[in-house]
Amino acid sequence: MGKLSRAALIYIGAVVVTAVVLVARGPFTGLRWQYVVFLGILVIVSESRATQLRKGQLSWSSSSAAMLASVVLVGPVGASIVGACTALGVRRGPSILQRVFNTAMYALSAYLAGRVFLAFGGHVGLPDEKSFPAIIAPFAAAALVLVAANHGLLSGVLWLTRPRDRMSSGASGAGVGLSARLLLSDLGYAAYGLLMAALWSVVGFFAPLLVLIPLFVARWAVTQFAEQQKAYEATVGALCQAVETKDFYTRGHSDRVSRGSVMIAREIGMRGDRVEAIRYAGMLHDVGKLGVPTKVLQKTGKLTEEEYEAIQLHPMRGLDIVREIGFLDEALAGIMHHHERIDGRGYPMGLAGDEIPEFARVLAVADAFDSMTSTRSYRGARPVSEAIEELRKWSGTQFDPAFVDAFVAALKRHGWQLPEPPVIAADDLATVTAQDHDDPAAPIRVIDSR
Amino acid sequence: MSEPTGRIPRELKGLIGGPEASGTTLRTPGRPRELRRYPWQVRDSGELLLVVAAGIWLVAAVTQTAAEGLKDPRIAIAFGALIAFGELLRLNLPGDRETAPIGFAGALAYALLIRVGTHLVQYSAEQVVTVAAIGMIIGALPHLAVGRPARVGGMATRLLCVAYIFRPLASNSAVEKHWGLAVTLMTALTVLALLLEAVLTALLRVDEQRARFRVALVDEMRVQLPLGAAVGASALLIAFAAEVMGLAALAVFTAPLLVTQVAFRRYAGIRATYLQTVRALAKVTEIGGYVEAGHCERVSRLAVAIGRELGVHEPELLELEYAALMHDIGQLSLHDPIPGGATVLVSRHDQQRIAELGADVIQQAQVLDSVAEIVRRQNEPYRDPGAASGRTGFSEPSGPPPGPPLSSRIIKTANAFDDLVGSSLDPGRAEAAVQRLRLDTASEYDPATVEALSRVVGRRSVIQM
Repeated sequence: MGKLSRAALIYIGAVVVTAVVLVARGPFTGLRWQYVVFLGILVIVSESRATQLRKGQLSWSSSSAAMLASVVLVGPVGASIVGACTALGVRRGPSILQRVFNTAMYALSAYLAGRVFLAFGGHVGLPDEKSFPAIIAPFAAAALVLVAANHGLLSGVLWLTRPRDRMSSGASGAGVGLSARLLLSDLGYAAYGLLMAALWSVVGFFAPLLVLIPLFVARWAVTQFAEQQKAYEATVGALCQAVETKDFYTRGHSDRVSRGSVMIAREIGMRGDRVEAIRYAGMLHDVGKLGVPTKVLQKTGKLTEEEYEAIQLHPMRGLDIVREIGFLDEALAGIMHHHERIDGRGYPMGLAGDEIPEFARVLAVADAFDSMTSTRSYRGARPVSEAIEELRKWSGTQFDPAFVDAFVAALKRHGWQLPEPPVIAADDLATVTAQDHDDPAAPIRVIDSR
Repeated sequence: MSEPTGRIPRELKGLIGGPEASGTTLRTPGRPRELRRYPWQVRDSGELLLVVAAGIWLVAAVTQTAAEGLKDPRIAIAFGALIAFGELLRLNLPGDRETAPIGFAGALAYALLIRVGTHLVQYSAEQVVTVAAIGMIIGALPHLAVGRPARVGGMATRLLCVAYIFRPLASNSAVEKHWGLAVTLMTALTVLALLLEAVLTALLRVDEQRARFRVALVDEMRVQLPLGAAVGASALLIAFAAEVMGLAALAVFTAPLLVTQVAFRRYAGIRATYLQTVRALAKVTEIGGYVEAGHCERVSRLAVAIGRELGVHEPELLELEYAALMHDIGQLSLHDPIPGGATVLVSRHDQQRIAELGADVIQQAQVLDSVAEIVRRQNEPYRDPGAASGRTGFSEPSGPPPGPPLSSRIIKTANAFDDLVGSSLDPGRAEAAVQRLRLDTASEYDPATVEALSRVVGRRSVIQM
């Protein structure tokens, strides 16, 4: 978390004080401590095996089931004590302040859930045959409140401690709100809380252990997914780099286009999964360039029509390569059409205006911008302001004005990390291109054969 | 998102057997694409046997149930509905494994059930089979309606696993009184049912992919363990929860099971996408004219088939497939493409350079280090002749020399074979290529991999005849 703003500290303080006051009021009489202790241990175990989400910013644990079981078995005060047991979770990562906040947050959420359970007519204690199905409605309400309070309080602290005026690095930065998917899965797992409480009368202490197995399996699947996704991204990145390695002037180009496209996509409020797709589209947009013969890219003078055709073919070649990747439906269209122009004079299809897929229009802006702001063999890198001017100049003819505006706004807010000027090593195998098909300020010149 | 997994092994299968043996690149003009076969011949014989066994069992069970009449019909309908729902939401696990965890858990719970509320259930094991089968069939119908294949083998496996739980607990008063005894017995039965499923599935895969049984069984257990544990625990939970909650237990249970299934689906989805992406991006060498079209795909299929022949386990098989797909990625760093991309024809020095460059590329990803190692050593001779002669001076020969890893030796063999044969389907040419590799097994190619290659190629040419 680093240094926190005053608002964040006040917020955390308020949550902690509220939790302490509510729990301290009691009543503690008649609390069945054996349940509290056992469920508390469960919470500690679950918390110690929490899954890191989103680059360590968040973690997800299955402790909510134990908290909800304690809502039924020992009521609001007991539940808040069980919730507070998160403090004892053995894992590295959270700082002292984070731990304090987490503890208070869980205690408060569990207390509120317990109150709601009672308000909806639930009875605290071991449920039996007669409790069903009457107990389901109050339990559902309690589960809803627990999950909502947890996510609400967490969103608050994430929003107050969000990184500010930092270079946007694509993945982090925006996206403060927690995902709906996480909320839904928390609600789904809440059902295990009721099962835990209900089974207690049949199989005693064995019940929570039995419930833990599916919970841990779910955790395992979530972890595996996160790991695979990380591995996947790294692999795509490495392979894209391999494609670029031939020409040192364009190294890092796909990475930067991907970043720029994500900035635009976020700026116009694209849905999360589409942002992900456009990120991959940006990375893969130029893989087809490998099909263009090196000697065409190296040529300094005007190109013959055949040579220009070879360049114009690269989006289709790229499509041929990535076509079989299942998830990239919209990204495919983006890759294929990223050289179309709004006025219909682009390639390969000559689409115009809204006929061009949204992804392609976004990619086109980021693509041209990166080309202009990086060094080429025939010119040095141009400053950001000049590149923006150039984008504005072609806005409406080559680029979609809406996306140019969005990009300029995003650049103002997040800034842009310019690429390092290329250093040419003596033994570098790379070739030097004399033509950049992405550069709108220096269009490729074709010999007029007529 | 989980659909594409189905494609992978079918392609592998295509190499080894079955009517789709000619993939896109292996197609010969003028030859009829599909051999005429009767429907019962298309299915693999082991699967057929299993389906027949399940069918006989089912007919007997249905007859018995019909004669006795359906007992506790409300419970039967509730569980039947859960099983049908679970079957509808089938799940593809990595490696083309289709499971229906919710349906399987429901069926196991129905088999284990002792009482619902205070009511002691009375139905027989035959009724369990009947209800489970009807539920599965109803759940499979929508899949059939949209043209997805019915995985009869998987369904038969699940049914047989449920059927064997002969409900010894139902009428035992000792079990009713001591929950500890009930828990122990039920856990043991569930574990046995899951083991049985693993064994049957492994047998099916042995038949389908020519894997070795022990290898297939270990792979199966490794993949199925997490989900199997969840399924077993859920089955026990449902059976116990029904005692307190009545049939509401089924409804309450569906929520967390669904969430777990979604988590698994996403995991399986990213695994499938990963493989597809590596396959797709490996093709850049072909588009760039560095490598003959289809080379990477053919080498990877051949390498996987050889690996399976040699009893390589699934996780290493996946690494082998990645390495084989990307074995020529180092050529991207070359100035000029090698004519035809046939790396077997260039000097050893250049081969080594390509391998090193490729390994460096893969190492960039930081998560595929063992794949990078395989690619780096793909050109090393199986046994270094110089080192071998140098060793004669020593008094104690300490085991085999530290050669390249098995996966590298497999890729070396598969790559050399494909460079010699290409997309040709001529069995004579393939046989000649294998012979040529055989001549080099003294030091260059690992004799074991060449023999495995010979068997794989032999099977292929039998099918082509």
